[in-house]
Amino acid sequence: MSKGSIHILQLYPREMNIYGDWGNVLVLKQRLAWHGYDAVISEHNAGDSFPDDADLIIGGGGQDSGQLVIQEDLQAIGPRLRGLAEDGQPMLAICGLYQLFGRFFKTVDGTVIPGIGVLDLETHGGKERLIGNVVATSGEFGEIHGYENHSGQTFLGAGVTPLATVTKGEGNNARDNHEGARHHNVVASYLHGSLLPKNPAIADFLIRTAVERKYGTFEPGEVDDTLADLARRHAGSRPR
Amino acid sequence: MNPLSVLVGKAVRRASKLRGGGSALPGLVVERLDPGFMGRALSTLEHGVMVVSGTNGKTTTTKMVVELLEGQGLKVFTNRTGSNFTRGVAAALLGEVDWRGRLEADIAVLELDEAHAVHFVNLVRPKYSLLLNVLRDQLDRFGEIDATTRLLSKIAAATTGTVILNREDPRVAGLAPTVRDAGVVYFGLDPSLRSTFPNDDELRGATGVPAPSDLPADVVLEQVEGNGAVFGVGGKSVPADLRLRGVYNIFNAAAALAAARTVLGGAADEDALFASLSAVEPAFGRGESLTVDGQPLELVLVKNPSGFRLGLKSFDPAGTATMIAINDNYADGRDMSWLWDVDFDSLSAGGVDLVTGVRAYDMALRLKYDDVEVRGVEPEIPAALKAFIAGSPGRPKRIFCTYTAMLAVRRELSKITTVEVVS
Repeated sequence: MSKGSIHILQLYPREMNIYGDWGNVLVLKQRLAWHGYDAVISEHNAGDSFPDDADLIIGGGGQDSGQLVIQEDLQAIGPRLRGLAEDGQPMLAICGLYQLFGRFFKTVDGTVIPGIGVLDLETHGGKERLIGNVVATSGEFGEIHGYENHSGQTFLGAGVTPLATVTKGEGNNARDNHEGARHHNVVASYLHGSLLPKNPAIADFLIRTAVERKYGTFEPGEVDDTLADLARRHAGSRPR
Repeated sequence: MNPLSVLVGKAVRRASKLRGGGSALPGLVVERLDPGFMGRALSTLEHGVMVVSGTNGKTTTTKMVVELLEGQGLKVFTNRTGSNFTRGVAAALLGEVDWRGRLEADIAVLELDEAHAVHFVNLVRPKYSLLLNVLRDQLDRFGEIDATTRLLSKIAAATTGTVILNREDPRVAGLAPTVRDAGVVYFGLDPSLRSTFPNDDELRGATGVPAPSDLPADVVLEQVEGNGAVFGVGGKSVPADLRLRGVYNIFNAAAALAAARTVLGGAADEDALFASLSAVEPAFGRGESLTVDGQPLELVLVKNPSGFRLGLKSFDPAGTATMIAINDNYADGRDMSWLWDVDFDSLSAGGVDLVTGVRAYDMALRLKYDDVEVRGVEPEIPAALKAFIAGSPGRPKRIFCTYTAMLAVRRELSKITTVEVVS
């Protein structure tokens, strides 16, 4: 018997899914099932009306051209997303949407693309891409494994905390050792890989928070993460 | 002419062959000694140079174009197996030119990696370019696929005769306005086949049937049934039986036909063209079939999500033992995200016998999330291959592998069967 049903809303899967972002959705869907809950997955694309009943919101990375397509719509739903984030809605924003969840993105030629201000951070276009395997540590989620590929460099403001501290790779920028950002139940990160398969602690945090907000309590099921642990161990030993 | 650099290059080539070493070193030497060597050697060809580029299918398509043109009596120079960098072309040229640096051929058909193709066209402007597709692949090298599109636009802009484009890939068809000094010819698909070959935008998220293209195509793939296909050429439907395996190779055949017809103009002997096409054998690791223990063993190279998807779609898993070998070396791409853009549902009925390679556990984890049973994981390829063969007696076998994993698999297989080993 299902313990309940969680509605996962994917933001702009057509334009913002450049590398494996579907993996994060699939992991949430399957782990919900393994914990005994149903998952309903829906999409929000540019021009759609924003649903009232999403429990967990997830968005990925895109190319510059994709970001232009969604820009106007994202500004339109920005206040809704800000309100939901302040209210404790769990969200995961990767790479491109991580940047746009911030205050602004200033490109190399000085153009300022406004963000939606869910997160207190700013991003500055860089000439060089930061590319390669990343290992970072977080008090909340333990060791985090992923792969970064971005030219924007992100700097956190006082209103957010870093998701993790980088021990291999660059993370948010080439200057400090921060990777990603945390605010209420929003998790934001540059990491692909995809992020959630090899970091089930983050997946289960998002799931638990979504279920508790909707049903008051979360009753976890038995999930075997042996393969994830082995994949993490091998990933950690690979070159940058 | 600079006979000295040719002689030195040839000597290095001979020496490195004796050592059994890599194919690019002599190319490097001649590039340094005599940067104009390649341009001069290729400038005298009657039909000029054709560059074949794009994300997927370069090797097989180049092989087909070469064999189609040879079937029409042309002498064709090409770069074989994997040396699709400028330096590899220079090395291959050294083997073919006379001591004065002259190449005896009617046309050069060259497979070039997108980034190296741009370097190449700055040295030698091609008369023809055949641009296949832009799909997500090795984003750790190219950044993003729009950047790859920009690389292809430079090839199109440098082409002097005709640019041959895939009308079904919006990024490739969209290159037409960037063609400056050349004509444009398209190849394409019948609308009924569009969903079989998703372009990058259709890989994830897009729904519904894509709108048919209204661009005129010189060659259209109309039907695919097993290894048989029907091509629409010049208003006629022509059936053909192919030795190539895999639907993706059959779409590449439409590309190769359009390219060959463009080079030959009105002089094409159509019957001979289709006879040549039917005789083309798969290229190295592209659906190649070997014999192990009296059973067929197929090697399917998978380099990116669309290639893996088409590979899974092309080969029925029923009754066949399956192994997957995933490495993450530079040539494979270091980021494992791409595995999450592939659906493995088609393997869920029979499961996967063994998963191997440096990133075996990433692959096994991926399969777990698609509810595909994995019966064994062994990261070491030699041990895995041994166990795979021992564990599936009397059954046909198939190995899906990334590029460097395939090289390792071939090295091991060469100890027990006949297989071309490429270093």
